[in-house]
Amino acid sequence: MMPLAALAPDSGLVGLLYIVAFSLFIIGIRFGTHPTTARRGNGIAAVGMAVAVITTLLLQGIGNWGLIFAGILIGSVIGVVASKRVQMTAMPQMVALYNGLGGGAIALIAWSEYRHWVHQGGELDKLQQVSDFIGGPQISAAVPLEVMIPSLFAMVVGSVSFWGSNVAFGKLQELIPSQPMKVPGQQVINALLLIGIVVGGVILSINNEYLDLSQPLFIAMLVAAAFLGTMVVLPIGGADMPVVISLLNAFTGLSAAAAGIALDNTALIVGGTLVGSSGTILTLEMATAMNRSVANILFAGFGSPATAGAGSQEERPHRSMTAQDAAIQLAYADSVVVVPGYGLAVAQAQHAVREMADELEKKGVSVSYAIHPVAGRMPGHMNVLLAEADVPYEQLKEMDEINPELPQTDVCVVIGANDVTNPAAKTDESSPIFGMPIIEVDEAQQVLVLKRSMSPGFAGIDNDLFYHPKTAMVFGDAKQTVSDIVSELGEL
Amino acid sequence: MDLVTEITIFVLAAFVGFEVISKVPTTLHTPLMSQTNAIHGIVVLGGLIVIGYANSTLDEVIGLIAIIFGTINIVGGFMVTDRMLEMFGTKKKKPAATPESGGEPESGDGAE
Repeated sequence: MMPLAALAPDSGLVGLLYIVAFSLFIIGIRFGTHPTTARRGNGIAAVGMAVAVITTLLLQGIGNWGLIFAGILIGSVIGVVASKRVQMTAMPQMVALYNGLGGGAIALIAWSEYRHWVHQGGELDKLQQVSDFIGGPQISAAVPLEVMIPSLFAMVVGSVSFWGSNVAFGKLQELIPSQPMKVPGQQVINALLLIGIVVGGVILSINNEYLDLSQPLFIAMLVAAAFLGTMVVLPIGGADMPVVISLLNAFTGLSAAAAGIALDNTALIVGGTLVGSSGTILTLEMATAMNRSVANILFAGFGSPATAGAGSQEERPHRSMTAQDAAIQLAYADSVVVVPGYGLAVAQAQHAVREMADELEKKGVSVSYAIHPVAGRMPGHMNVLLAEADVPYEQLKEMDEINPELPQTDVCVVIGANDVTNPAAKTDESSPIFGMPIIEVDEAQQVLVLKRSMSPGFAGIDNDLFYHPKTAMVFGDAKQTVSDIVSELGEL
Repeated sequence: MDLVTEITIFVLAAFVGFEVISKVPTTLHTPLMSQTNAIHGIVVLGGLIVIGYANSTLDEVIGLIAIIFGTINIVGGFMVTDRMLEMFGTKKKKPAATPESGGEPESGDGAE
């Protein structure tokens, strides 16, 4: 059936080719440490993937070619179209969706692997053949624990990741309200689900010789994991999405590594582990940027209506300004720092902002951008959006770098950012965001806030900055306002 | 392969991963994440293996879906990462610039 010489799955050559593949992954990520080499790195990692897939296709015992090629074809077409079409603002949804697909694939593979072991029944011949093929142990009626445990782990975590990512996708795409949703007794339900899953896993592992009994329990675990994934992500507010996406990314990676252990596949183990490391690092970084523990983010229902200090925003006085006045103020500044938030991305204002920076630089004003780690909806999202508008990456300053410079900054322009500039994070202990590191915009000499209205941000928390005496609000659509400022600057 | 060897590989890979990935700057975290998303598409290998010994329609369906999901992950992930990194790499991209850059019509970064 296979025209090419099939490789024995346990041969040294296969092992070596897998080593080539995962080395290329690591080199690819290594190149990703600098903007100028990262694209090549991505290409290198893609070559590694091609090596891994082709090697696997050449393995002895691989069959069902029609289905394999149908699957690859359908997947490629969807992947190509989706990656061409997606807007950079929608990148978090896209990553959440891909992550969910990965988790779903892992859960399915673990299920299939489990079924394969369970379903042998009388077909011991075939079982022996497969066991040899995947380098498995001698046949016994039992599912061996070194297959059972990683399979169960991969299935549960993959399923949690699949459903959690889908909920995250729904929230980011605003198919589901992004506000935190709380169900009474949530924590108890989640804890019971988790305990149930662990108990189910232990029962299966102990009874690994009584296979026919195990299947319903396995499916019950699959369903429980689906509920757990949904229930854990559903109550989390939109502002915490960068953490959630990173965490789900780590989960998917770990479950892939577990599937690799179950299938005795080194490329899967290393590939999955790399993703697990990356997701873990990003999760911790995002949590640090919010000054909260991961557990707190997952279980505290951040910014829920009960705790948000909203309600007083209508009565408090604020100062507003026209685009023309704003342009004058900017033109006479020496230094301007732009603080972009997700609102800028939603308004597609990044190109207009770049034009504004160009105009200002022509007038000898120095311009830089202060990027909060959780600006946007995923780690590093804002940088991508600004890069899309050809903003040189040297002008993008991280929070810790820009904060000491802000007291000497003449004008700070806050565009569509809210919570990450809220001084309550430093001063108001009752605020739900107290302790979160912020861009200290209130330290600058003057502040311009470009915003549609006085409504509170994604997390539903009122921002004292808007009522500060040195703050002027410029109301309107961010893109329109910035374009107006650009044309006013041209005339000055 | 025995379990201990596999766990050894896992632990070493975790250390390598932490070492390499912690050097990636914040600026590139989104491409990093979409690239690692593509890398976990490597689960498609599992799909290729299990569909090979599928012995019921259900198993074939499970395997097929897993392969589709994994391939979307790989193809979509690498391509979208490339699209993003293209924007970071080129400093000034004026359409009329160099003659040899003519062969890449896909660079018309669609967003408007």
